[in-house]
Amino acid sequence: MNSQSNAVPGSFDSQRIAPAALSATRPFYWSVRRELWENRSIYVAPLAAASVYLFGFLISLIRLPQKMRTLSALDPAHQHAAVTMPYEFAAGLIMVTTLIVAVFYCLEALHGERRDRSILFWKSLPVSDLTTVLSKAIIPIVVLQLVAFAVTFATQWIMLLLSSAVVLGSGLNVANLWTQVSLFQMSLMLLGHLLILHGLWYAPVYAWLLLVSAWARRAAFLWAVLPWLVIFAVEKVAFNTSHFAAMLGHHFVGGGQAVEPGMSPIIGVQLSSLSGPGFWIGLAFAAIFLAGAVRLRRYQGPI
Amino acid sequence: MTVAALPIIEARGLRKAFGATVALDRIDLRIDEGRIVGLIGPNGAGKTTALNAILGLTPYQGELKVLGRDPWTERDRLMRDVSFIADVAVLPRWIRVSQVLEYVAGVHPRFDRGKAEGFLAKTNIQRGSKVRELSKGMVTQLHLALVMAIDAKLLVLDEPTLGLDILYRKQFYDSLLSDYFDRSRTIVVATHQIEEVQHVLTDLMFIDRGRIVFSCSMDEFELRYVEVMVRPEQVVAARALGPMHERQALGRSILLFDRGVNQKLERQQLATLGEVRTPSIADLFVAVLGNTPGNLAAGAQGVAR
Repeated sequence: MNSQSNAVPGSFDSQRIAPAALSATRPFYWSVRRELWENRSIYVAPLAAASVYLFGFLISLIRLPQKMRTLSALDPAHQHAAVTMPYEFAAGLIMVTTLIVAVFYCLEALHGERRDRSILFWKSLPVSDLTTVLSKAIIPIVVLQLVAFAVTFATQWIMLLLSSAVVLGSGLNVANLWTQVSLFQMSLMLLGHLLILHGLWYAPVYAWLLLVSAWARRAAFLWAVLPWLVIFAVEKVAFNTSHFAAMLGHHFVGGGQAVEPGMSPIIGVQLSSLSGPGFWIGLAFAAIFLAGAVRLRRYQGPI
Repeated sequence: MTVAALPIIEARGLRKAFGATVALDRIDLRIDEGRIVGLIGPNGAGKTTALNAILGLTPYQGELKVLGRDPWTERDRLMRDVSFIADVAVLPRWIRVSQVLEYVAGVHPRFDRGKAEGFLAKTNIQRGSKVRELSKGMVTQLHLALVMAIDAKLLVLDEPTLGLDILYRKQFYDSLLSDYFDRSRTIVVATHQIEEVQHVLTDLMFIDRGRIVFSCSMDEFELRYVEVMVRPEQVVAARALGPMHERQALGRSILLFDRGVNQKLERQQLATLGEVRTPSIADLFVAVLGNTPGNLAAGAQGVAR
């Protein structure tokens, strides 16, 4: 039998000094990487959308020289719109793809690990529930937005270079194209739009979906949507009003209106949307939902 | 027992109920450092609930300290010193072997990646394979390699060899004993497969209906319990000595005696009745839990103390 005479109960830490004192951010960093390993759609989906779009754009280049020749007949405002339209369309497509990925990612994030019982493995490691939930929340709020930005940025540059080659090849002047398409300004706008609107303004939505995915035993999507539909329906039937829907609509569409790229050419205007109470109320809700998800994960086991 | 041994797990009045079902009925237990404890009981006895409480996976009532910590409130901190294999199916199926090594190395301060690689080198597991591509036995080997490379104080195993074929099962406990266990570690294993842990354990604990109905060390077990295959003409005389259990096999009566209760029973005396041997844990388990569930609790209590 063992007799460690020098050891007294409760002195486990003193017996063995932690071999490598890990900083608190290390488990977080690895948990985020883990998410990227598991959910490759985070970058595959935007890349796929971009590739499909580029393929279509490549075909459309046949008509580009013709388009450039007729351009001078239009007034400057229409000229600009005609040239930049495909670029904004590319950004829009990648944005929508990213949003869809974000919604499905969140609904699956804390549900899948319970369904496949792997939660028992994750919980056997020294990673807190808070770290785990935050590492999942940062994916739609920051990581996906940065991926969307990077993919859009690359796509738009490829588009511009391809267009320039075609324009040059047909003996036209590229200067017109380059003055209309100011990619650096567009990119800056896009980054602000993605991080502020799609990241922070939508954070309560992602947090809500994470909460539902931590709670629901099945049909997470249904549980995520149903309560809001019920509130809307009850209000409609009882009072014949739709203030609730209007409020949500205002927050997620109208509230972010100020940061729509076409409407605010300056980054400062985007930042100004952060000063209103709506933004902060949204973030407070996000924090509450995430705290709920952390607590739920502590109680939840495999389903 | 030495007094200096550390209580790795200490529970007092540990209770857990799911609605009206009581899974743990005020359990008291103490597991010291350097032991390999088998937690044995029928399905639904509360084994997994007890382990889950120890691992901080479920809230509970009563007092419970693991390595001096409250598992429910300090799970993440506790998991630096505790490793855990639930059963074969908990490694995420999508992960690659190389990724799981990298991840555990990233988050676990006591994980020795080189050691894990060394264990894996003895298997057929490819670094680039995903868990879903591995056989059940290989997944267990992988999990075991991860766990054995963690310098933990306590290892908890819940049915670790469930669904594995005999080769993997044997190998599992062999490598655990030869490559992992030393006297500064403690292992708690819950299992149905009693025979294969018999020679591994240092301590035995029977759990039934949320209570610990029996516990002893294996040394004590071997000293205290004697099984006699009684010759037919001696059966009446043998029964008079007060066996705790009797069963029939191959036309012979097999009587199990508890020498702890009846001190004057000498092995030599019993040898005159028939063949004497040490019972298997399974035989004792049956004797303790009884064939008659109704009076089980009362009979078991008498044996346990």
